[in-house]
Amino acid sequence: MMHNPHRPHRARIVERIQESGTVFTLRLEFIERDIREHYSFAPGQFNMVYLYGVGEVAISIVSDPKRPQQLDHAIRAVGRVTNGISQLQAGDTIGLRGPYGRGWPMEKAKGRDVLVITGGLGCAPVVSVINYITQRRDQFGKLTILQGVKLPKDLIWRDRFEQWINELNTEVFLAADKGDPTWPWHVGLVIELFDQMTLSDDTIVMMCGPEGMMRVCIHELLLRNIKEEAIHLSMERNMQCALGQCGHCQYGADFICRDGPVFSYDRIKPLFAHQGF
Amino acid sequence: MTRPLAAQFLPHNQLQRLLDTLHHSGHKVYGPQLRDDAITYAPLATTDQLPLGIEDHHAPGSYRLQQNGTQHWFDWLSTPQGIKPLLFKPRETLWHATRDATGAIHFTDPASSAEKIAVIGLRACDLAALKLQDQHFLSVEHTPDPFYTERRRHLFIVAINCTRAAATCFCTSTGDGPKCDVNNSAADIAMTELDSGFIIMAGSAQGTHIIEQLALNDADEAQLNEATQREANAIQQQRSVPSQNMRDTLFAALDHPQWDDVASRCLSCGNCTAVCPSCFCYSEQAEPQLDGSSTEQTREWDSCFTQGHSYMHGITVRHDTKLRYRQWLTHKFAGWHDQYGRSGCTGCGRCISWCPAGIDIIDELTLLSTDKGVADDA
Ligand code: SF4
Ligand code: SF4
Ligand code: FES
Repeated sequence: MMHNPHRPHRARIVERIQESGTVFTLRLEFIERDIREHYSFAPGQFNMVYLYGVGEVAISIVSDPKRPQQLDHAIRAVGRVTNGISQLQAGDTIGLRGPYGRGWPMEKAKGRDVLVITGGLGCAPVVSVINYITQRRDQFGKLTILQGVKLPKDLIWRDRFEQWINELNTEVFLAADKGDPTWPWHVGLVIELFDQMTLSDDTIVMMCGPEGMMRVCIHELLLRNIKEEAIHLSMERNMQCALGQCGHCQYGADFICRDGPVFSYDRIKPLFAHQGF
Repeated sequence: MTRPLAAQFLPHNQLQRLLDTLHHSGHKVYGPQLRDDAITYAPLATTDQLPLGIEDHHAPGSYRLQQNGTQHWFDWLSTPQGIKPLLFKPRETLWHATRDATGAIHFTDPASSAEKIAVIGLRACDLAALKLQDQHFLSVEHTPDPFYTERRRHLFIVAINCTRAAATCFCTSTGDGPKCDVNNSAADIAMTELDSGFIIMAGSAQGTHIIEQLALNDADEAQLNEATQREANAIQQQRSVPSQNMRDTLFAALDHPQWDDVASRCLSCGNCTAVCPSCFCYSEQAEPQLDGSSTEQTREWDSCFTQGHSYMHGITVRHDTKLRYRQWLTHKFAGWHDQYGRSGCTGCGRCISWCPAGIDIIDELTLLSTDKGVADDA
């Protein structure tokens, strides 16, 4: 039979790290040496992770591309497959195939200020961007991180945010809809933080999170003269094949698994204002 | 290069020889047969199994067969399914996995099951739809699908030129028929049925090779004239798409009130996507053995009319019929242009005949392109 792109390869769980109540990171390594050594990826790309007898899920790779032999996947236990995967331990075997899609425009971002916006329950795709920049600090301008959550407990990687705050040439803005005594940052809507930021005209924006949040943020950005083509979004849809075949992830004419998941806003703008695509 | 064969004449009583020649060259032959009040493709051994003197009549939500008293085998027009189920199987296994006592997992490909298949009876609209499926499943940009590719490689097609049109046919307006373009389609052989036999033409070297084994005579002028006249009947179609490229029209009409209107009639049953020869969506599932020692990953046709199609962790993106109908129509007639350079509709009319609510996409497209949408009023 010719090459079967549907079939996963075996991978070993090297390490499992609990990040919050529902979020955990799996460090994975392909068992077949040949696959392991030929694998490379870019920030924002994803893998299909397979739990034996249950199914596959699309998971963004959050570790650094210069270390492609061990791949970190931040996973939120929300469904049948991810809940099952959360029960696995270091040493267990799972299935893995990838990488898929087009990632963040890191080349285009070189030398420019970068604004990373995320919302909801921790957004793995942008963590790869932040990690990438902090590892190559001199290649980028100012890094601004904006994150909104509903409740303080929804902020995962809190220790990492606290670390990022202290990075060189980096600003972090956090907002929670409702505060509590553990929350030293802004209480209110995430868009209220835009007035506290200074954005250069040359800022490139990378965001992911609930589409409603991204919509209001885009509105604020355009008001502040950020160009449509400088705004990048990581989109999410039902994904099953990751090969541009099964049709589930179609967004208008684009297949998110292949043409995305990262799109510049000007490309998806005509559909983005409409529900149901 | 083989020299192109002139059009030849195959007498009715020699069609069996064509079937035999295909059998002898190693093909399993599929042809139209009457099953449960419909004409469908099934393995074909003899011409006795073909539907003699039967016409199909189509209307929105209706399909019925009628004897017409002729000795023609191909007076019917469209089968409920075209060739799609023979290439893109309604259900198939993508891979197997086993787990041994130590917990180690192994993945393996399914055994190859491709056999040489010859299909007799496909129409111009079916060939055009096959080209669309080829674009989707064979393209390098989308990773080529090994299962489809293998079956496609082993496929031999005997196409039939239509000599009538149903009330639901509109392939003339989509530019896909009614006559098969034998030099520029997937047809290895194309035939037009006459009262006494067939005009037969080769569309590929393999087609030429098969026809040569039949040692036929060239068709004479009277036979060619009869074919032209009969083919002309098929051009008389009552329906047509408003335009071959509705991309901009539909994307500008996303808030059109007609979507609500059609949604009030649509049952969201997915019949249209199931009979459409170009729809390609499928869903995957894991099917483990009870003892856990092995499991397989299978795929099954899916439809954008199902709830699961747009489901992602707790949210159904297309939660109502209106959004699903809009997805179907905007994908088929708009998005497809960006994906594959043309519309995804080849004018076969199946989705009209097999819609239990009698929804006629031509009517919907016409209303969507003529009325002013809400968005335009702004
Ligand atoms: S949309 Fe309808 S008429 Fe067009 S190819 Fe599909 S089933 Fe046939
Ligand atoms: S999205 Fe709908 S219209 Fe498009 S191929 Fe899939 S089932 Fe057919
Ligand atoms: S996940 Fe199947 S087409 Fe994108």
